[in-house]
Amino acid sequence: MYPTDFFYSKDHEWVKIEGDEAIIGITDFAQKQLGDVVYVELPPVGTELDVHQTIGVVESVKAVSDIYSPVAGRVIAVNENLNDSPEMLNSDPHGKGWIIRLKIKDKADTEKLMTATDYEKFLEGIEP
Amino acid sequence: MKRTRFYGCHQQLGGRMIEFFGWEMPVEFQGIIEEHLAVRQKAGLFDVSHMGEIIIQGKDALNFVQYLTPNDAGRLAVNQVQYTALTTPRGTFVDDLLVYCLAQDKFLLVVNAANSNKDYAWILSQKGSFDVEVDNASDRFSQLALQGPKAAEILQPLTDIDLGVMKPFWASWARVAGVEALVSRTGYTGEDGFEIYTLSPEPAVIWNEIIKRGEEFGLLPVGLGARDTLRLEAKLMLYGNDIDETTTVLEADLKWIIKFKKGDFLGKEALSKQLEEGLKRKIVGFEVVERGIPRPHYPVFVHGNKTGEVTSGTHSPFLKKSIGLTYLPIEYTEAGTEIEVGIRNRRVKGVVVPTPFYKRPDKIA
Repeated sequence: MYPTDFFYSKDHEWVKIEGDEAIIGITDFAQKQLGDVVYVELPPVGTELDVHQTIGVVESVKAVSDIYSPVAGRVIAVNENLNDSPEMLNSDPHGKGWIIRLKIKDKADTEKLMTATDYEKFLEGIEP
Repeated sequence: MKRTRFYGCHQQLGGRMIEFFGWEMPVEFQGIIEEHLAVRQKAGLFDVSHMGEIIIQGKDALNFVQYLTPNDAGRLAVNQVQYTALTTPRGTFVDDLLVYCLAQDKFLLVVNAANSNKDYAWILSQKGSFDVEVDNASDRFSQLALQGPKAAEILQPLTDIDLGVMKPFWASWARVAGVEALVSRTGYTGEDGFEIYTLSPEPAVIWNEIIKRGEEFGLLPVGLGARDTLRLEAKLMLYGNDIDETTTVLEADLKWIIKFKKGDFLGKEALSKQLEEGLKRKIVGFEVVERGIPRPHYPVFVHGNKTGEVTSGTHSPFLKKSIGLTYLPIEYTEAGTEIEVGIRNRRVKGVVVPTPFYKRPDKIA
């Protein structure tokens, strides 16, 4: 279910490393918790993000949630499609629902993140 | 946490449970948007057993209800229902509620879950020399709401009364799925529909039969999430958000529930005075015209000055717009007035619009 080539944070973001770039999104667990996503607020391209800094905001009908960057870097692209189709975060959270692409500052940031196996175990601890 | 008698039904249907004023209630089943649209286009079934039920009966029941509430309960025939308020002497809300006339000397007050104990204490404190008995029957009642254009068609074969002759805001005792119940043509969604009250200790059969019968009509079970978005589109007030003990009935734009000529009632003097002097503020509906969703407590500005807060706000699943309610100084309440809503670190443009945001299309005979 959770792609094995991603890293995962305790805040339910995923990171996929491609060379010195990282693609970031929210996990399937996160989208289920949120419910129908109706609005996504994205940062401007060029924004410098520290580890755990707020990337933006995801809103469902009922809830407002901050999304945090699991790694540090500079925003080089944002998923503009989410402006018109925020529901992609629900339908394809690990693919078309990606949120931002970063130029990574320090690849070692991923060492503190979980693998898919670790994340699934982590979820077992929270899911009822 | 308290559970309703339909808790098992919600578990079976995969309802996501949350705490709501001490109750463990489903917030959603399939998803808020899908449930919302089902109610607008087909039908939805809600467990609203958390609502409070208070019975006032006795020789002075009518007079006491008249004293507690601004609407004219004297106009109610037996089995008729009325939207009204429990008012403070300042003309503000202890609660908003439905009053059912069960008999000439017996009234059922259906109040908000969060307020049922407060209301009961309030009513007792106002009893004085009125010859009445007041019974907080909240724990004995279960309540369902079946709402949507297909509601009557779904319910009809399950009951022994003719729903075709039941007008809005009327009620009747009936058997529903074999269970004795009080059925009224009322609701909190802006759609046609029914609310079903029962004292049966095992009412799950009603839920199950409606779900089963409703399937072919596209009925969905609906949680509190869509209940909130549906009521907001229809501009129905939510106690604790839009109205409370600091807002008067007039400020809440509910003058129609005040019947000044009916005789004395709590808050009458304050409300007459406010009417005479002119309102200083009033609740209005607005739409956000830029990107962003207004949420309760976000600040509202007119001409750069803070005027108040969003009392209710959401993404409207049916209108696909961001909508909300706020109190504005009376000079800014006209439709078309431009406002701003503070959303995080931005101010987004909004405009005052006529309400309700959603009105159901007139039924074609």
